[in-house]
Parts: sequence; structure tokens; C-alpha cells
Amino acid sequence: MRGLHSALDAAGPQAGRIEDLWWIFFSVCTVVFLLVLTALLAAVLHSRREKERHRLPGPERNLTRAVGGATAVTVILLLGLLIASVTTGRAVGSPAPSNSLTLEVVGHQWWWEIHYEDPLPSRRFTTANEIHIPVGLPIRIKTRSSDVIHSFWVPSLHGKRDLIPGYPTETWLQADRPGVFRGQCAEFCGAQHANMALVVVAEPPAEFAAWRSAQLQTPPPPATALQQRGQAVFLAMPCPACHTIAGTSAGGRIGPDLTHLASRSTLAAGTLPNTTGHLAGWILDPQTQKPGNQMPAIALQADDLQALLAYLESLR
Amino acid sequence: MRRDRFDQRLTIVLLVLLALAGCKREERRFRSSPAADARPGVVRVGELQPGPPTPGLVVANPFIKNAPAIADGQRLYTQMNCAGCHFHGGGGIGPPLMDDQWIYGSDPENIFSTIVEGRPNGMPSYRARLTDDQVWKIVAYVQSLGGLPDQSALPGRPDHLRAKDEGVPHYPTPPRSAPAEHP
Amino acid sequence: MSVAERYEPNAGAEADAEEARRLRETWKSRSGLIGFLTETNHKKIAARYLVTAFVFFILGGLEAFVMRLQLARPEAHVVGPDLYNQIFTVHGSTMMFLFGVPVMEAVGIYLVPLMIGTRNMAFPRLNAYSWYVYLIGGLLLYGAFFLNTGPDAGWFCYVPLAGPEYGPGKRVDVWAQLVTFTELAGLAAAVNQVATILKMRAPGMSLSRMPLFVWATLVASVMTIFAMPAVMAASSLLALDRLVATHFFNPAEGGDALLWQHLFWFFGHPEVYIIFIPALGMVSAILPAFTRRPVFGYNAMVLSIVATGFIGFGLWVHHMFATGLPQLGQSFFTAASMMIAIPSGVQIFCWLATLWSGRLRFAPPLLYVLGFVFIFVLGGLTGVMVASVPLDFQLHDTFFVVAHFHYVLIGGAVFPLLGAIYFWFPKMTGRRMFDRLGKWSFWITFVGFNLTFFPMHQLGLQGMPRRIYTYRAETGWGDLNLLATAGAVILALGLLLYLINVLSSWRGGALAGNDPWGAEGLEWSTTSPPPIYNYQHLPTVSGRAPLWEQGDDQPVVVGLRTDRREFLATRLIDAEPDHRDTLPDDAWAPLATAIATAVTFIGVIFTPWALPAGMILTTIALVGWFWPKRDRPRDWMEEQP
Repeated sequence: MRGLHSALDAAGPQAGRIEDLWWIFFSVCTVVFLLVLTALLAAVLHSRREKERHRLPGPERNLTRAVGGATAVTVILLLGLLIASVTTGRAVGSPAPSNSLTLEVVGHQWWWEIHYEDPLPSRRFTTANEIHIPVGLPIRIKTRSSDVIHSFWVPSLHGKRDLIPGYPTETWLQADRPGVFRGQCAEFCGAQHANMALVVVAEPPAEFAAWRSAQLQTPPPPATALQQRGQAVFLAMPCPACHTIAGTSAGGRIGPDLTHLASRSTLAAGTLPNTTGHLAGWILDPQTQKPGNQMPAIALQADDLQALLAYLESLR
Repeated sequence: MRRDRFDQRLTIVLLVLLALAGCKREERRFRSSPAADARPGVVRVGELQPGPPTPGLVVANPFIKNAPAIADGQRLYTQMNCAGCHFHGGGGIGPPLMDDQWIYGSDPENIFSTIVEGRPNGMPSYRARLTDDQVWKIVAYVQSLGGLPDQSALPGRPDHLRAKDEGVPHYPTPPRSAPAEHP
Repeated sequence: MSVAERYEPNAGAEADAEEARRLRETWKSRSGLIGFLTETNHKKIAARYLVTAFVFFILGGLEAFVMRLQLARPEAHVVGPDLYNQIFTVHGSTMMFLFGVPVMEAVGIYLVPLMIGTRNMAFPRLNAYSWYVYLIGGLLLYGAFFLNTGPDAGWFCYVPLAGPEYGPGKRVDVWAQLVTFTELAGLAAAVNQVATILKMRAPGMSLSRMPLFVWATLVASVMTIFAMPAVMAASSLLALDRLVATHFFNPAEGGDALLWQHLFWFFGHPEVYIIFIPALGMVSAILPAFTRRPVFGYNAMVLSIVATGFIGFGLWVHHMFATGLPQLGQSFFTAASMMIAIPSGVQIFCWLATLWSGRLRFAPPLLYVLGFVFIFVLGGLTGVMVASVPLDFQLHDTFFVVAHFHYVLIGGAVFPLLGAIYFWFPKMTGRRMFDRLGKWSFWITFVGFNLTFFPMHQLGLQGMPRRIYTYRAETGWGDLNLLATAGAVILALGLLLYLINVLSSWRGGALAGNDPWGAEGLEWSTTSPPPIYNYQHLPTVSGRAPLWEQGDDQPVVVGLRTDRREFLATRLIDAEPDHRDTLPDDAWAPLATAIATAVTFIGVIFTPWALPAGMILTTIALVGWFWPKRDRPRDWMEEQP
């Protein structure tokens, strides 16, 4: 049951508590099922299987006691499971500790907008589809949706939380070991619900701090001529209508923020790996990769495309 | 057996009748070419012509009867902040789009070139910021504001309409009230 | 006049035949197309219901098969996202609205009048109307689907995705009206059942002697009456939002996206019990014949069914655990969702006791019951798992839930249904289904089902969400999905064999007499198939297992007229004869009203003017329906000294 995204591969306290609860339920239910199967098998084997005339039994005290006993056992087991459930629920549902790092996750059709919050405005930044968190620190997640209902779910870290327009809520999670954890939207949100994944990277605090300061920085002006040409192409194409790159005049907020595009491991909300080839294919023909998503196909000449790719890949 | 055949024929007739209306409206065309071929050529802005009138080259809007495309047009209308000047069709800083007064012509190609080229006195040019398909979708939506295309393809009301803040773009949506209780 | 005179078997075969002839004359339907369109006999209407429901079952199964093909491999290209989204929505809507509820109602419509010893249902024209409306709803959905207008927002159609902005076109409107049609049909059938069961039982069939299947039908019908209006309200509000720009579900204007979920699930949860409870009744009806004893614990069984019906209305928020509602409230629904396992458990234990103490005969109906116990108990246990709020945080909206509900619905409803059809097929058609083929189809279905759906539990735990048209290879979900698809092929084969069995034994099966199984219910005392008037002499009962407990000297009802469609109405609790009344003849009114209803609700998809126009048409049709006929006085029974 190992994997990037399994509820039974808990990497954090909430997912861990839920996984423990799962094993309790699983064991109890398996035992009950085996008991019922045994009773069924016994009943089938015990019967004399003769074609006999029907009979009308009188009061069957032993059977009544057996059924009553089984019912009582059922009630007790259910009560026990209920207590386990409520206890775990309170543990995983408690409010975020005060030392948590706060993120706001906004669901869009079909990508994730992520705001890292901070009391100091200059230490806030926006990214998309990829979350980095330090190991061992609670992360408070405020959830919101800009259009339809989505659901934020990273199975290895915690259960899911629906993002419902008009119902901002909060949840929190924590990673207890470093790793890359995959999540996926878990509420049907339209044509590309299947391709709305996200990546959560849990890393040691030092690496997280490095990542964070890189994200806070405005990218420097493009260094090589090719990259400069690429930036010019970017600004001349429809891209700035929807995308933001800090430090340029591109300030569109309809699509994901591209300021640090090259620092992410995937494109288009986990649909494609972030490589040059995939990026080129995505820009030229997003509708083949993710039919129905809102990005239009951008027609580019070959050398413009190369320049644009060089520029975008410099955005670490 | 007579009943079965009667039912079959009736069903086929009904389906054929519905067929004419249904298909185009619901078609969701995801792939469209990014080429600029869809741009109309020379577009007439005025009605005067010397000599006998010649019919113009009418470019049909490929999305005119397509409900998802008109809904996309509605979305783009909000995202490109058309509502900032035209409000939701009623006009404000810019002229209304719901009426039948069209300064630069009401044919689809006129609306298309208005959006792409811009116009004097404040209409920006979106040539560089929108692909042709996106513009055609906005054109289809604008046409729908005047009640022009197929009634059944009209978009529904947007979910972000706020009576109080007419014309203010609503992206991203601010939270409505205090957050829900502790998770 | 004394109603229950002793029937003299030797009163004269000629008088008997003459009475039968007159009854046939009075109760028969007209012939040809007119007869088909004006039919009001419950057996004929039930047969149509069954055929229609199974056609939809096959269509829904084909949709499922396409989904399995698409999901068998990562990033397959069998269908694109738009068609896939329509397919899973239409699959769910078909199975829940066009198969699940109607097929259970169909079996009830066929059997209940026979089981309670009367000639037809209480409202024969309403019966016909409900089938027409149901058929029209199904044709609407599939007509739209074939025109690329199939709904695509899921069978429960959450807003805002199903709302006017994010659900362009008419797809969701078709869904909303499908719900209107099927819920109207369901409501009509339910009202009919309640009236029939409460007022038309054979004299002596007090509530505590009523067969368990009739109890189950009664409870499910009462649940329908309470649950359907909620979904009618929900779909109407959605239609209003989409058509005339109201803001019920628009948060920006003071509406509420969660309101939809509450309204829908308040119906949606009882809906699954409406499907499941009649199946429990079927199991209780099948077991006695194959264990040679009545079901153990009649009172406990009745109380369990009633309790399940009640508690079923208090569970709905368990579909909304991930929305961030307050935990204390959610825990209440956890408790209720676990509590409902108790009456189900009691039923299972009573059936186990019946099996233990019985003399088993391993015919296919019993096999289906055994299969049901296996599959349903497993599904019920996974239900206890998802009832827990923190577990549901991980399991909600994943394939684990898909596995759970297919286990409880296929195991809990379809398996008993297949067994029930096998069991009552001889009664309906006069022939027996083939035994060997029946056993083979059971085993293949059982194995195929488990192979298809058991891996889905694991897939859900491994993070696979529902309603995705594809997934990437790196997720590692490919192998289990391929296994599930292979299982689906086997499951389809098993069901195909069952269908072949039904079709070939219809004409070619062994002739069955009145009572091929040696069963205990009243329906087995009449011929196979029953005459159009069900019983030549309406029976009375003096025990729970009439054919086993009663002798040849059991009184029958005499004195009802044979030149009108007369029936005997009895009192609610003890079924004492109360009065006799006349059922209406075959009529055009149900078809006319159904057409008016269709114009109203299909028109509303396109324009709000259809509503007043349709109302006028419907009023005209209803006036025709209720136009008074010749006055027929009711003959009140004198009290017996």
C-alpha cells in the first residue's frame, strides 16, 4: 500500500490518526464479516437438505436467544466504533495550533491558487498547484472556491475538505516526514476534474526557508538575448491577459501565477511533468492535453516558441 | 407486435424532430485552430456605398447557436472586464450592448472587429490579448445580450452577479460572511 | 348478507365456469392498441414496468461498461471527458431513477394485490398514469442523451456546477425534469400501494398476518411519499435558478450552495432505502419456500423494517461530512448512520436463524439470497466505515464509496431481485426458468461482481477519486482498474445468461402448476399465470402462512357482483370487511393526463410559458379523469351478530 498518495501511508498526525481508526474499523468489521460468513456456512451445511413438508415451528427459545445475543453484540460493537470515531474526529478536527503557517487555497476550474499568508505583507506570495511545507510545522489551510465546489485532498496528510463558494472554511495538516505527496480534487467540478491534481512537498525547515525566499523574490530581468526575446514574446501574446509574472507588466489573475513556473514539478495542475517538451506542447495546444480547460491555443512561430521557453524556464 | 412497431416509429419521429434542435446547441468543441483564418477581411463600418449597394461579405459567428460557447463568452466578458465600461449590457462609461443602437455596426464581423481593433473614445483593442475563438465567443455573448441567437442557447444568470456592485469585476470572489465553524 | 359463506366445492362445475366467464368478461382489457393504451390491470402494468425497468438496466449497464473500458488503462482514449461525464451521470440517474425505484415498485404492483387477495390495486388509472409518466421521463433522458444533451453534472447534480453559469445548455434542465417525471411516477405508485395495502386486504389478514413483502412495500411507499417532495422541491428550485434567474443557490446574492445538498440528500438517502427495503421483503418471501419454514421472528422483522424506514430519514448529512459543517452535528449523523445497521443486522440474524433451522433446497432463488447475505453484509460493514466522520474524510468521493454503494445496492437490491424474478417467474408466465442455467448465471454473476467492485475499495484507499475520466500511469491505479474491468466482463456475462434464461424459458420452460415451489403465500393458490381477475373466489386468511396453515375449509368471499368491477374493502388493522365498491373501467384518462404532464414538464426546459399552458392542459385532462360516472352506491356490510 505504499505510494505517493495513499490514505494508508500516513505522513502526518491527522492522516495517522485516521489510519489508526481505519485499522480499528477494518479489524472489527472483518471479524464480524467472518462470523456472519461462518454462521451462513454453518446454516447451509447443517441443514438436512431433504425435501420435506413445511413445518410451522412453535416458540424457538434458543434461536430467539441467539438472535437477541447477536443484536446485543452488534449494538455494543457499534457503540465502541462510534466512540472511536468521535474521539478521532475531535483529534483531527481541533483548531490549528497558533504557531501554524497559514495558506489560503482557492479552487478554480481546474487549478489551485495558493496564497502564502504572513502578518508582514512583503512576505506574502502567490503560487499555483504546488505547495511546499516545512516538516513538523502545522499548516493552517483556509479554503475558498472561486467558481464551483472543489475538494482539497492530500491523502497522505489528511482527509479532504470541500471548497464551496460562499462557505470559506479552515482545516490544518502537518507532515512529519519529508516527501512529495500528491493530492487531487475530490469533488466533481466539471470537464477536467480528473486533471486537477496538486503536489505537496514537505521538506526540512532549512530547505523550506530557501524555497520560500526564492518565491518571495521578483525574478531578475532576463539575462540572455534569447530570454529577453522570450519575455517580449510573452508580453506581446495573450498571456498577460490571464497570467502574472512579478517584475513585468503581466498582471492577469485569471490563470495561475507564473512567476516561479520553473520551480514547479508539474504543469497544468499535475497533468504534465514540467519539462521543456511538455511546456511547449501545453502552450501550443492545451486543449489536447486537457480538453475543455480555459487556456486557448497560442499560435507561435518556432523561434518565438524557443525564446519563450527559454524565458519561462528561467523563472525559478 | 403491432404495439412494438408503433412505439418504435413514434420514438423515431420524436427523436428526429428533436435532433434538429439539439445537436448544435450542446456541442462542446474543445479543439479549435489557433490560426488567424477566422478573422474577417475588410469589414464595413458605415452603410453608405457609392453606386448600387453590394452585399457585404457576411462572416457567420461559428458559435452563435452554441450554449457552452456563449457561456464561455459570458465568462470572458467578466474576465476581460468588459463589465467595467459596459456593465452587464446596460452600458455606463461605454455604450449599452443590449439595445439595437450599434455605432459601428451590429453584424457579427463588426462586433468582432470592434473588440479586436478597439474604437475611438475608449474601447481598447484586444487583438493582442485574446485569440480569435475567444473573441468570437464574446461576440456570441454580446449578440445574446440583444436577444439575438437561439433562445434555448442563451446563458443563465452568472453566479457572481451582485446587485449592489454593478460593473465591478468580481474575480476573485470575496468571502460572503464569517467563515464556518471549526473544522 | 353474510360475506364469508362456506364454499361448497361440489356446488356445480357449471356454475363455477359460468362465474369465471363473467368475471373474465368484466375484468378483461380491451384488445389491440386501444387496449394497450387504456390498460389498467395491475399485472399488465407491472409487466410493462418490469420490461421498461430492465431495458433501462441494460442501458445503464452498457454505460457502466463503457466507463470500465475507459478506466481500464491510464490515459485511455475510449471516450473523451465530455462524453464520459455524460455517461457517468446518465448511468447513475438511470440506475437510481429509472431502474432502482421503478423495478421494486413493479414487483410490488404485480404481487401485492395477489398477496393480499384482491383483484386490482386501489387506483388502477393512477397505476397506468404512473407508468406513462415514468416512461416519458426515461425517453426524455435517453432522447436528450442521444442528442448530446445528456446531463453531465453527476446524478446528484451539485450546484454551482449544475447552476446557470457553470452548466450551460439544457443538459441539467433535462436532469431536473427527469427527476420530476420519475418522482411523480414514484409518488403515484406509492400512494396507490399504501391505499391498496391498508384497505384491500383479504378478510382476516390483519396487519400482524400480512406477508413481510407487503410490509416492506408499505414502508417503502410511505418513505417515498415523504422523500419525493424534497427532491421535487430541489429540482424545481434548480430549474427556476436556471430558467428564470432566481438565486436560490447563488451565494453572491444570498443563496446557498449547500442548500442543494441538504435538499437533495434529504431525499437521496431515503431513496436508497426505498430501493433496498422492498428487496428485504423479497428475501423474506423467498426463504420460506426453500427452507420449508416461515421466516423466524416475524415481529422483529416487521419492527426492523419500520425502524429502518424511520431512521433512514435521519442520515442524510453523512453525504456532506467533507463540507466543513460543525463536528457535533456531524457526529449525530454518524450515530444515526451506525444505528441503522442494527435493524438490518436483526434482519440478517433472523434470516440466518431461518436458514439454520430450515431444510434447505438449493434452487437459484436461494442461491441469490445467500449471495445477497454475503454481498450486502460486506457492503453494510463498509457503510459503517464511511459513517465515521474522520474515516469519511479520507473515503468520501473516492472509489471506496463507489464500491460500498454497489455492494449494498447490487448485493442488497439486485441479487434479491434476480432471485425474486426467478421465484415468481412461474407465477407470472406459467413456466419455470431453467435450473442449470440459473445456477450458472448466479455463480458467474457473483464472482464477476466481486471481482469488479472489491478492488475499488483498495483504489479508494490509494487516493483514486470518483468521477474521473482518466488517470495518470504514475498513480499506480492501473492494475486494479484493469482487474475491475475484467470482472465487469464476467459480471456482464452472468447477467446476460440470466437474460437468456428469462427469454428462452418464457416460451420454452417447463410448465409450472399453481405452486411449483410449495410456498406459503396466497398468490400460490391461484393459477399460473393468474386469471385477469386474480382469484375466482377472493380468499380469507387465518394465519401468516395461508397455504401452509389453512385447510380446504377456509372460507372465501362470496356475494360480490361479477357484472361490475367490484372489490371488497376491509378495515385497517384487523381487515374486517368494511364495504364494497367498484373500480373504474379501462380509460384514456391516464394517457391523456400523462401527455399533458409531459407537455408541461418538457416544455419547461425551454420556456417558462410551458407551465401555465401545461397546467391548462392538465386541468382539462384531469376533468376528464374525474368526470362522474353513473352513480354507484356503496353497500355497507351489516355487522355480523
